[in-house]
Amino acid sequence: MTPVVLATDALLWLLVAAVVVYALYCRRRPHLAAPWKRVFQSKAALVSAVVLGCYLVIGLADSLHYRSAGSVEVQSLLDRMLSVLRQKGEKTYSAPLGTRLYAKEQIETPDGKHVRDYPRLRHGGTHLEDERQRATDILVRGAAGLAAAAVLWALLYFASRSLARRYPYVPWRAAWMTAAVILALAGPIASLAPHYHVLGTNQVGQDVLYLALKSIRTSLAIGTLTTLVLLPLGIALGVMAGYFKGWIDDAIQYLYTTLNSIPGVLLIAAAVLMMQVVIDRHPEWFPTAAQRADFRLLVLCAILGLTSWTGLARLLRGETLKLSQLEYIQAAHAFGVSDARVLGRHILPNVAHIVIIAMVMDFSGLVLAEAVLSYVGVGVDPATTSFGTMINSARLEMGREPIVWWSLAAAFAFMFVLVLAANLLADAVRDGFDPRVSVGGALAV
Amino acid sequence: MSLVVQNLRTLLNTTAGAVRAVDGIDFELRKGECFALVGESGSGKSMTALSLMRLLPEAGRIASGRVALDGIDLLALPEAAMRAVRGRRVAMVFQEPSTALNPVLTVGRQIVEVIERHTKTSKSPAREKAIELLRAVGIQDAERRFEEYPFQLSGGLKQRAMIAAALAVDPEVLIADEPTTALDVTIQAQILELLARLQAERGMALLLITHDLGIVAKMAHRIAVMYAGEIVELAERDAFLRAPQHPYSQKLFAALPTPQRRARELAVIRGQVPALTKKFDYCRFADRCDYVFDRCRVEAPRLLEPAPGHFARCHLRERGVAPPRSATGGAGEGAVRQEGSAGVVLEAKNLKVHFPIRKGIFRRTVGYVRAVDGVSLELREGRTLALVGESGSGKTTAGKAILQLIPPTEGSVRFQSEELTRLSRRELRPRRGAMQIVFQDPYASLNPRLRVAEILLEGMRSLGVGASDAERTERLRQLLAEVGLPADSLERYPHEFSGGQRQRIAIARALAVNPKLIVCDEPTSALDVSVQAQILNLLRALQERLGIAYLFITHNIAVVDYLAHEVAVMYQGKIVERGKVDEVLRHPQHPYTKQLLAAVPTID
Repeated sequence: MTPVVLATDALLWLLVAAVVVYALYCRRRPHLAAPWKRVFQSKAALVSAVVLGCYLVIGLADSLHYRSAGSVEVQSLLDRMLSVLRQKGEKTYSAPLGTRLYAKEQIETPDGKHVRDYPRLRHGGTHLEDERQRATDILVRGAAGLAAAAVLWALLYFASRSLARRYPYVPWRAAWMTAAVILALAGPIASLAPHYHVLGTNQVGQDVLYLALKSIRTSLAIGTLTTLVLLPLGIALGVMAGYFKGWIDDAIQYLYTTLNSIPGVLLIAAAVLMMQVVIDRHPEWFPTAAQRADFRLLVLCAILGLTSWTGLARLLRGETLKLSQLEYIQAAHAFGVSDARVLGRHILPNVAHIVIIAMVMDFSGLVLAEAVLSYVGVGVDPATTSFGTMINSARLEMGREPIVWWSLAAAFAFMFVLVLAANLLADAVRDGFDPRVSVGGALAV
Repeated sequence: MSLVVQNLRTLLNTTAGAVRAVDGIDFELRKGECFALVGESGSGKSMTALSLMRLLPEAGRIASGRVALDGIDLLALPEAAMRAVRGRRVAMVFQEPSTALNPVLTVGRQIVEVIERHTKTSKSPAREKAIELLRAVGIQDAERRFEEYPFQLSGGLKQRAMIAAALAVDPEVLIADEPTTALDVTIQAQILELLARLQAERGMALLLITHDLGIVAKMAHRIAVMYAGEIVELAERDAFLRAPQHPYSQKLFAALPTPQRRARELAVIRGQVPALTKKFDYCRFADRCDYVFDRCRVEAPRLLEPAPGHFARCHLRERGVAPPRSATGGAGEGAVRQEGSAGVVLEAKNLKVHFPIRKGIFRRTVGYVRAVDGVSLELREGRTLALVGESGSGKTTAGKAILQLIPPTEGSVRFQSEELTRLSRRELRPRRGAMQIVFQDPYASLNPRLRVAEILLEGMRSLGVGASDAERTERLRQLLAEVGLPADSLERYPHEFSGGQRQRIAIARALAVNPKLIVCDEPTSALDVSVQAQILNLLRALQERLGIAYLFITHNIAVVDYLAHEVAVMYQGKIVERGKVDEVLRHPQHPYTKQLLAAVPTID
């Protein structure tokens, strides 16, 4: 078994490390810790953070890749954990928790006759001797899962009690409730998944639950890695435009006005298609298919970043224009402090809250953008599972008779929860960092 | 008509707990009188006004009390009935005229709105009435102004329009909350005169809220001094001005800069206003009072009446009336200033700063704003030159151009006999340490993200003062002692300090690089009188000890008279009069200087 580090893996873990470092940095600085403390006093923020935390754990488990000895296939830790789902492919569509395929086939009955009927699945529900036991079986297994979840929740509750005593201002009840809801859903699913396709299968018989879980990493990568490109561009250009003014400001303004007036999808489609040509011409760059797909994902992040920095730059330009008139900046000039130091010590720390708010708010937008682009066909590599590709395939499924709804529903539900949680967290972050919104209205007398 | 306030208590919810912004005040406002509510920031005077109008911010609530207008308790009225009282019977004029008018409605429309709301007047008589009102508040060409939008009006005109709107339906009570604080002194004089005239004509009661004892002396019939949410003294004007009875009021007078106190320390009030989150069962001024004795710390004083009609909340007044304040005290020896033959530090000749007005996509220059238009001045070592002028006169721009923070368009600036205007940024750098600046707003002049140590070290590092950070930190400790800050300040953030302390940090930052010249850009105008006195004392002491020259930019004539050796009066980018303080202020020659000096409200 040899570990394989894909480019996006490395960057994702780097980001996690950066967040940890930032958190430690904030802890020692009251003016940075205070807004975060305000954020986590909000129930909505805590609930969202718990939900996002679950997504993150899944996404990170999917970002540890390795290759088994003697195999060319690159797998992730998540693949291994879900191997029970991954390896149980069916022939084609089957409904959630079904025991039979969703398409009629010629089957040979034990007495040698040929009938056209829905055949039994190869894996889903095969342990049942009689299909009529299905309902009771599901109930029993579901209940067992629920019981296991309850035990797990109790463990979690007692483990986090000491934490709750240390941070009494955090609304822990909300966190425990969220955990309870998540466990109540995950427990039965986990206990059913080895025996059924909980969310059905898709056209080529892959388990939809597995696909949905795999899509999480793609979404997280798009939502976070894009900021790696977006932030340096947005911050550097925005702050420079606001600070230096004059022709630099004019040039940057013209640049982003021009960029903004080109339809975004058009620009992205052109860039992605061009990159695809490059990838196809140089197969020798990518030893495995996984690396090729990963490269395309990375390129998509970069392209999205290159086309969406304008909003942040505009915000920062305005704020910097305001800041650079403040007296502490002028005092620094009176000391002959160099421009680079003024930018680094006086401007950047004072626009940091805007950057954080913009980053959190952009996340959900980017997740949705990926879905749209993949739907149009200029998103991720077709081999990469993502919510966009799942929705793309649903285009045919919804037109089918009888319709296949579970692919779309699964993609929708997973993405909806992710985006909703991200948006709620973004709202709380904005409220926490916005100096004009103060808890309890701390006004001057 | 009378407005009686009884035991009014207003609480403000903050993160630190409920603040008792107004803590049990009683007063009566009579028909036809001007009642002044005086106090420093945080004393609760504005909260009192907002409580009377029931216009408190969301976090505020009235805990108890009674506000009776002709016997009707305003605090007990339902909101709908209160709306009929606001504007109709009790009107209010706010401090900031530029935000109190709606920018997308014409001035006339906003006045007509008030008339239509409260009376059954139809459109055209309401219009007639509004134009009449605009005329009554002294706006020329009222028909044209009626159709104009707020942005077309100057600050003074806007405040007049605000007053016109407040008076639209002849209210019985007008509450004016610092109505002139945002205005220039000449405009302030006009507005105050207008208020006094309108009040006399209409027989209104005027509740004037201010921090300026000069305005009080000019306007008020009766005065109440507020401190920490309480009225500590209440008296007729003349009695109050002659002999203030509460130690706090006495201190306020003693802290005023006057020419007689030159070269002497101004009185300061030590410490800070106590946190208003707790209940007081002792005198809330005790920690800051010079006459404090044991009883002050265990028993809250009642409002005593040492002289008929003169109330004070102080145990000392049980022993009788306090003597009159020694107002003038005679022109002491301090008034005479030795004529030094010190060398010239700074010489500016024909300094001009023109800002180009650019238009179109190619940013062609279509004209210039002549912010500074030919300023010449001279400043000697260890002396103070005051640059006086109203807002927009170009005095701040001139100060920054002298420091080369704004490139001058024309003219010369010689500093320590070296021409600065021709130097590049790099060449200027080693000379920056010798000339420093202290700004007006103590809240905007310190980076909130840096610790005090980092703020102070920045300039020293940049200019290479001191060999190592250890050496510099050692120097910082001395500096802190010098400007009167506690030694543990270095590790704290600016938001942990009060306005006066922040200004001390800003001064320490300038001093850290051993300057010969400090441009003080209105360093005390954002501060309360007692804090201003501390900063002025500090600046004067530093000058005596270190021989620093100050270019003191201000609009406050009293401060000039106290601190400056010479004065230059600026008007529309030019210096109209220049000379020794006593000559210019006692015998002004230029008509603008005369007008400016006449407009300053004085106490004596």
